[in-house]
Amino acid sequence: MSSLVHVDSLTKYFDLGRGQRVHAVDGVSLDIAEREIVGLVGESGSGKSTFGKAVLGLHDKTSGTVSWRGEALPAKYRPRDFQRWAPYMQMIFQDPYSSLNPRMTVGEIIGEGLRLHSNSSTSEIRDRVANWLLRVGLQPDHMSRYPHEFSGGQRQRIGVARALIMEPEFVVCDEPISALDVSVQAQVVNLLDTLKTEMGLTLLFIAHDLSMVRYVSDRMAVMYLGSLVEIGPADEVFFEPKHPYTQVLVASNPEPDPNLERQRVSTTITGEIPSPVNIPPGCRFAERCPMAEPECRATTPTLRPLKASPQRQVACFLVE
Amino acid sequence: MSKTPLLAVEDLAVEFATYGGRVKAVRGVSFSVDAGQTLAIVGESGCGKSVTVQTVMGLIPIPPGHITGGSARLRGREILGRPILDGKDIRGDQIGMIFQDPMTSLNPTMNIGSQIAETLQVHRGQTYKQAFARAVELLEMVRIPEAERRAKQYPFEFSGGMLQRAMIATAIACEPAVLIADEPTTALDVTIQAQILDLMMELQRSKDMAIILITHDLGVVARMADEVAVMYAGQIVEKGSVDDVFYRSSHPYTLGLRAAMPSNDREHGHRLHPIDGSPPDLFHPPVGCGYCARCPHAMRVCAEQPPATHAINTSGSHYSRCFLHHPDARDKRVPGIHYPEAGA
Repeated sequence: MSSLVHVDSLTKYFDLGRGQRVHAVDGVSLDIAEREIVGLVGESGSGKSTFGKAVLGLHDKTSGTVSWRGEALPAKYRPRDFQRWAPYMQMIFQDPYSSLNPRMTVGEIIGEGLRLHSNSSTSEIRDRVANWLLRVGLQPDHMSRYPHEFSGGQRQRIGVARALIMEPEFVVCDEPISALDVSVQAQVVNLLDTLKTEMGLTLLFIAHDLSMVRYVSDRMAVMYLGSLVEIGPADEVFFEPKHPYTQVLVASNPEPDPNLERQRVSTTITGEIPSPVNIPPGCRFAERCPMAEPECRATTPTLRPLKASPQRQVACFLVE
Repeated sequence: MSKTPLLAVEDLAVEFATYGGRVKAVRGVSFSVDAGQTLAIVGESGCGKSVTVQTVMGLIPIPPGHITGGSARLRGREILGRPILDGKDIRGDQIGMIFQDPMTSLNPTMNIGSQIAETLQVHRGQTYKQAFARAVELLEMVRIPEAERRAKQYPFEFSGGMLQRAMIATAIACEPAVLIADEPTTALDVTIQAQILDLMMELQRSKDMAIILITHDLGVVARMADEVAVMYAGQIVEKGSVDDVFYRSSHPYTLGLRAAMPSNDREHGHRLHPIDGSPPDLFHPPVGCGYCARCPHAMRVCAEQPPATHAINTSGSHYSRCFLHHPDARDKRVPGIHYPEAGA
């Protein structure tokens, strides 16, 4: 499989001053193949959004590289770099309420990318915006309205149209559905699925809803406190989780089925995700891990392929 | 019914006067809960589930809110329309409430212990010192480590999960008979959600509280609820035991909600079935069924007349507000819909 996006030990620290640093993303490597959907799950504070933004250059990288079809992308984007790369990669944001400029009409919001990145005339842009409004299930005459006139689901469709009108090859979806109602989540997921098939998109789908990520993704990556702990085919990770953290995540995910819920033994773990400031050595999950051994607190485990199925990788000493 | 239920809401209707006209947010909602029981109210945003419980709590500002009908009785005593600024109010005393967003629901300028203590000072007449000591005990009860030190901290020093624990501590400070939880875990991660849900169940068992849980997450419902009320456009469209609603769904909206959620069945296809369209405008609620415009099985009558509730089981504890259960429509067997046994 040829990889479209190759991320090599990407690191993003935020300096807090006085020698304190937030280790938001710490040495994450990930290959995303063409037309693949990779789901990235993790709790809030695990660094998944920072990772997505750093891949697209919306955050500067502290170290590590991201390459696009073998060509390294800049560590710190200048305006010229955005101009060059934006047509290839786009982002759909989490909050459909705050990610659309309230002073711009929907037509201006969706058409802005074309205005900046192509030589299209105003009328061409308008035609393409109208066409995209239809494609995402809105009406062309919605173009002259403002974001506040739309519901959450409709706004998320506007966000989808804004990202996809550039016909990018790669889209980072940062929790595109978590602000929406259940019935509307399914509308947006199916829309993304249809457009993905039509346009041959490659997606990095960031979410915390495990069931939804399994549904959407080919591969699932699990992030904890800035590093990947497990990655593999989505169904395998979801149904046979290997890393203790993935096991906890899956076990905490409530099933919409009362009989299954009644049989459930309580599997909650105590504690919360620790602060990502000045992380101690060793496995990051060791503090909360029910199976932690002395070795886990001394050395940091790295992702290793499983013996039984090499396409799965787990960062845990206790898993073979 | 032989005995008076702990909390019984009957035919509640609430409207709001706005510049755009009157919004009919709740249009005739009835339910009851008993001690030790959990009732889940499920529905999309804007369906009126929060307004319903806020009205019961007396949290609706009047005006613009306006209770146009119905009653809510706690142990048989009417609690609607009581003067809400009375310190001896049942709110916070006999009915406790937890809100969705723990980050914004606590006072940022008061330390956590004092906020919990305030409830006890107001309702139990305790001194600050007594109340604060009790607050520390309550924080221990909701498993906040180093409760004594934590009680002196402010909300910004707590994580989301801990704030929600602190809010639960406040809500249960006066040992209320009913705990209303409005989307208590929506803002939290799954592992923290599991911890909070476990804590709520444990407190319910030890104190024999009734819980009214408002949520849109069917997974949380399956885990917590004894009874489920599904709300749509200001009305309960289906109500029954958790098994009735999940395994014998008899309203198209309930079916639609279930189909829109990803199932955790490995064999299941990778395509969700969304409910097309969006909920109706409650400024001008439809004449007929509220779900009519989105319902794949809508008949002509659905747009013309409001559907009545039809009992699905013999006791009537499971009912559906849908014309598909009308005697005249029984022949139109819609696949997936559970129909009552003959004679029921």
